[in-house]
Amino acid sequence: MERHFERDLNDLKERLLWMGSLAERAVHQAVHSVLDSDEQLANRVLAEEDAINELQIEVDDRVVQLLALHQLMAVDLRFVLAVSRINNDLERIGDQGVNIAQGSLRILRHPRVKPYVDLPRMSELVEEMVRNALNAVVRRDVELAQKVLASDDQVDNFRDQIFRELLTYMMGDSSVVFPAFELILVAKNLERIGDHATNIAEDVIYIVQGQDVRHPTVDRR
Amino acid sequence: MASVRSAVSVKITPPVSVPTGREPQAPLLMRMTVSKVNFYYGPKQVLFDINLNIASNKVTSLIGPSGCGKSTLLRTLNRMHETVRSARLEGEILIDGQNILAQDVTALRRRVGMVFQRPNPFPKSIFDNVAYGLRINGVKGSIADAVEKSLRHAALWDEVKDQLHKSAYELSGGQQQRLCIARALAVEPEVLLLDEPCSALDPISTAKIEELLVQLKDLCTIVIVTHNMQQAARVSDFTAFLLTGQLIEFSPTPQLFTTPSDARTEAYITGRFG
Repeated sequence: MERHFERDLNDLKERLLWMGSLAERAVHQAVHSVLDSDEQLANRVLAEEDAINELQIEVDDRVVQLLALHQLMAVDLRFVLAVSRINNDLERIGDQGVNIAQGSLRILRHPRVKPYVDLPRMSELVEEMVRNALNAVVRRDVELAQKVLASDDQVDNFRDQIFRELLTYMMGDSSVVFPAFELILVAKNLERIGDHATNIAEDVIYIVQGQDVRHPTVDRR
Repeated sequence: MASVRSAVSVKITPPVSVPTGREPQAPLLMRMTVSKVNFYYGPKQVLFDINLNIASNKVTSLIGPSGCGKSTLLRTLNRMHETVRSARLEGEILIDGQNILAQDVTALRRRVGMVFQRPNPFPKSIFDNVAYGLRINGVKGSIADAVEKSLRHAALWDEVKDQLHKSAYELSGGQQQRLCIARALAVEPEVLLLDEPCSALDPISTAKIEELLVQLKDLCTIVIVTHNMQQAARVSDFTAFLLTGQLIEFSPTPQLFTTPSDARTEAYITGRFG
């Protein structure tokens, strides 16, 4: 017997994934506006921000309704609670995309500091994390979620590497301080996006296994 | 630009299979209207100035603590209150714009069917229980087809199709209640009233009846009295909260259960009294 709230759960999931696809696109366009020196891409990210924000509110509304109207249990309850958290993570990913797009517009006013080597690799990794995290939500795939978690350290390494490298450029030539600093912020934004993807992956494990893997050092007895 | 699109894994057109929930809703048709209803048992007034519109093909729940008048209000909708000698109704109740008091009561009850708290099948076979109303109403055509149709609508057909001539008393409580719903549906009522239809049932049977109600609203308008707030939340489109004979709040169900406008509603649905 299919319960009628399952349709509501599906609608909720569809909204969340649509929001995820917009957030993912925002990040991709924002990073490529830096890498390809494409101002148009940055402007497009800024123009699309509202769509993500509206979806955040709609998903929140739907979560509240489901919780208030249906006495959800077990996996359904965990799913809706997780959607509420993932909703925030996706909105923050969208915000980070906007930060990168705004940074890009400032960076593009200056000559390129250096050929980009680590930044494209970092952005590819981060985008893959977001993509895998969303796919893990769709498929309720714990293995894929674990893969996302395992990538987090690599992202941090990229951020440190980019910071060190750009610092040497800044120390050698004060005229590049402004764009180099902005590029460091881009790396920092990407690192935060990776953190949000990690949160989503942790929520997938919570949905499927009921385990809270967020802070392994916390004693839960 | 091609690189941008191909790198995005999730499709980037909005899902079209489901409504957004935010597009403008079609205006509701009202099946019944309750205006300025006061109701008395002898000298004791139990309903005070009730005004309520019952939307067509929706589920409307009446909730409130014991003795608040919700069952009384339900019973006025097909004049079932007239079975109590001391009962007196003031005000107006319309069905499709016609005053129910001006109608033949038998005809009215055919249009506005009722299912009670405890399943009350007749001491007859499953088939005859459903066929009874059809026969006394002189329905032409195949009774067997009409019985099957009603049992299917009541989500009971698959469970009883091979034992239609068994006594209705051999069915479980949940099945008996669905049989009573099938019996009520057989005469194709426009409105179905249910007075705590799940209070004598186990959780699985309750879930089946609830799913049935959600499906049945395509067929008719449903008004349900329930002491179980969660049930009202799960199945209904509109909810009316009554307290000591007064209608305190009447809103779309999602609104009433998330942001009630009256502090008394809030206190009741959060379990602070009642």
